[in-house]
Amino acid sequence: MADLSINLAGIKSPNPFWVASGPPSNTAHQAHRAFEAGWGGIVWKTISDAIVNTSSRYSALNLGTLRMAGFNNIELTSDRSPETNFREIADVKRRWPGRPIIASLMVDTRERWHEFVKRSADAGADGVELNFGCPHGMCERGMGSAVGQQPAVTERIVSWVMEVATIPVVVKLTPNITDITQAARAARKGGANAISLINTLNSITQVNLDSLVPEPEVGGLSTHGGYCGPAVKPIALNMVQSCAADPEVGLPISGIGGIANWRDAAEFIALGSTSVQVCTAIMHYGFRIVEDMMDGLNDYLDAKGFQSVADLVGKAVPAIKKWESLDLNYKRIARINYDQCIGCNLCYIACEDGAHQCIDLVPPNGQGLGPGRVPGKPIPQVREADCVGCNLCAIVCPVDGCITMVSIDRGQPKMSWSEYQEKIARGEMKPIPAHP
Amino acid sequence: MPISPKLGPEAAAASMADIAPRYTPQEAIIEAGRCLFCFDAPCIQACPTGIDIPSFIRKIATGNLAGSARAILSANILGGSCARVCPTEVLCEGACVVLDREGDPVKIGRLQRHATDHALQNRLPVLKTPARKSGRRVAVIGGGPAGLGCAAELAQLGHEVVVFEKKPNAGGLNTYGIACYKMMPEVSLAEVAMIQSLGVEFRCGVEVGRDLPVEQIQKEFDALFLGLGLGKGARLNVPGEDLPEVVEALEFIEQIHTHPLHQVPVGDRVAVIGGGNTAIDAVTQARRLGARDAVIVYRRSQAEMPAYDFEQKLAKTDGARFLFNVVPLEILSDGRGHVTGLKLGRTASTKGKLQTLAGSEFVEPFDMVIKAIGEEKQVNLFKRLFPALELDKRGVVVRNPDTGQTNIPRVFAGGDCANGGREVVNAVAEGKKAARGIHASFAGQKVIGPMQPSRYGVKGLPVGSGFDRPIRVRELEKEYAKQKSSIR
Repeated sequence: MADLSINLAGIKSPNPFWVASGPPSNTAHQAHRAFEAGWGGIVWKTISDAIVNTSSRYSALNLGTLRMAGFNNIELTSDRSPETNFREIADVKRRWPGRPIIASLMVDTRERWHEFVKRSADAGADGVELNFGCPHGMCERGMGSAVGQQPAVTERIVSWVMEVATIPVVVKLTPNITDITQAARAARKGGANAISLINTLNSITQVNLDSLVPEPEVGGLSTHGGYCGPAVKPIALNMVQSCAADPEVGLPISGIGGIANWRDAAEFIALGSTSVQVCTAIMHYGFRIVEDMMDGLNDYLDAKGFQSVADLVGKAVPAIKKWESLDLNYKRIARINYDQCIGCNLCYIACEDGAHQCIDLVPPNGQGLGPGRVPGKPIPQVREADCVGCNLCAIVCPVDGCITMVSIDRGQPKMSWSEYQEKIARGEMKPIPAHP
Repeated sequence: MPISPKLGPEAAAASMADIAPRYTPQEAIIEAGRCLFCFDAPCIQACPTGIDIPSFIRKIATGNLAGSARAILSANILGGSCARVCPTEVLCEGACVVLDREGDPVKIGRLQRHATDHALQNRLPVLKTPARKSGRRVAVIGGGPAGLGCAAELAQLGHEVVVFEKKPNAGGLNTYGIACYKMMPEVSLAEVAMIQSLGVEFRCGVEVGRDLPVEQIQKEFDALFLGLGLGKGARLNVPGEDLPEVVEALEFIEQIHTHPLHQVPVGDRVAVIGGGNTAIDAVTQARRLGARDAVIVYRRSQAEMPAYDFEQKLAKTDGARFLFNVVPLEILSDGRGHVTGLKLGRTASTKGKLQTLAGSEFVEPFDMVIKAIGEEKQVNLFKRLFPALELDKRGVVVRNPDTGQTNIPRVFAGGDCANGGREVVNAVAEGKKAARGIHASFAGQKVIGPMQPSRYGVKGLPVGSGFDRPIRVRELEKEYAKQKSSIR
């Protein structure tokens, strides 16, 4: 049994799985249910002055029969009073002393920040998360992503918080910014103990083609909502890795963005997250999904010989480098396993119309019977000399393991683009001829 | 004892209910989501009318039902009835690659029904005819699937078409001869109405040669299409064949289609002679109308039965019994002229020839006998109407399979009368091919290009549409099994 417990900037948690700040972490009732299900920690729904919400708040991107591939919301911070929220945090902490509760906060003035940070500590919270990320509603009032998009403002507010903080301070970053590391560095400069990312992305998920009003519709209008769910995971991974790899950030990370299962979690951890936060998947399936997350991550760590979650943190970060560092002499090609081929020929048309025209349809070899059920049906054949190894055919192939990308040793030494440029400059080689 | 109806209206309707009801919109989207949108999809190659199946399924998935119906009906005007009556297991679904991936093909037939029902029930004008007419007139003799396939295609090519149909309604066996649980006649009639909306004129209740001389048609029209189907049921030539409780399967089924279900007389113990799909339709419907015992009596072995496997399974599920290697020698009756049973003899195949074993006679009690041993070719009819028309040894019309053209100029043929009796989908395809043949003959062309442009050519290799060159799934199934076993 691997050790699932983690320590994020002093916030200790029995496992890395935290309920993210959002609708699932709105009440003590939900917090009890989450901890009963096994969640390691909870980032409480952002506490501010109680706001007023609209009716109709969520919308989704469904792909075919797959619901909520992407999800957005226009809900604001907590619509409950700070008194209620802090009282409930204290109640929940009494019953679950070993599980961290992080109070997510969003206010405006220095005095208010001081007040809310102190009240959080007084309520027994294990840390605070500064919400500099919400991209809808609150940003129009100078809070949320309006803060996160301006590194100077981020740094100033963090420094206000640090003046009074007695518990770890996590800064939640908005992805609605050109370079996330600028915001992360500002958090560091302000003295933050950790960062969490990503908050939601500006989005419009769908337009109702009858009314021509986007969803979620509020009385004939809509607004830009915060986008999340599985569809944002690649964006989140990119930003998490960017912060993890930046020595000027150098802060522990709580990863957020489309995490729904242990695999997602393991990827976020491998790219530098110490804890991971989940919201949309809970909104879809409830708190019970954590059971598979604990189970799956545990078995994965055991199988790979990691003693603890900490051993995995950041392990994949060094594998991401600038494009100029990649080996131009590395070669891979597609190989088709005809025993598994069902004859859809999607690989053919994808390569032909969508990529590099390196797959031919040829008469089936041998006994005149191609893959699938049609005798004589043309089979796809990779012209290996021309295959650029782009992966597209293997990606579109509907049969797992039918097309594999195989590394080819061409006996050439590694040469990155930077080295290539240097060699040309030194006259050691001629430019590689352009593709015909 | 004379036979009588067995069930009340509700029980009869319930037992004849649709065996594959229309999908709900969500069921259709879920099933459509299983289609891989293959490039050169084998299902298209297995469809004799060459429907672009992946395209119509994709359109269901995107909520474009009218476009989906257009994709189907432009290739196969009877796409609605074919969705119900096609043996999809040995056609499109038998070729589906998802069958190889998941062991269960995309339910193409039911998806096709979903899209075509949408168009037919809402009377959507998904097909168009050209505003400029050619001025040519074509007479289609016989309003069955072949004639309808021909008429609809001609109308879309801008020609004027009149369909002559002997029965009160067009549609042929689709209207009168399909098991109720597969398709009610209303579906066929809706298809006829759609073809009518393309400008095709129907003259029903008109028998060519009796009500209207052939010469007059030949004079008034620029071309003729013969889609006359097959003739009356073949005779057993055994004593007792003319007893009142001995009926032809297609007559029995027609009765079911033209009378309220609870008024169709059926025996208590019913023998169905024959081993084809029509025999199955008869035995299952006899059971469903209340026959206590319904038995397929087939002269050869189970393995030799021409009925599709899934049809045989359906009959078993419906509680039918099977007697194999048995031949009727005599239909027995009581003193008052009513059927009481069959005298049967056991058969054996020696050197491929079927022989009745001496001394093997036995008697099974029945009060109704349904004959489903195929229909006669219409040799005499053709000799009378078109004495010069060339028929082959079997008595079917000889025609160019690509154009439908017969040896008589301006006379084309297709469907059962020209192929000897195949599926509805084959008849539609042959009607459509003849329409193109007729169209080409008007333009003075010998052949018209590829019958159906496939989506894209693939570097000189034939790309498949079953309309040009259908694959035979039954044969490839065998080869496939062989190949798979050699791999493992």
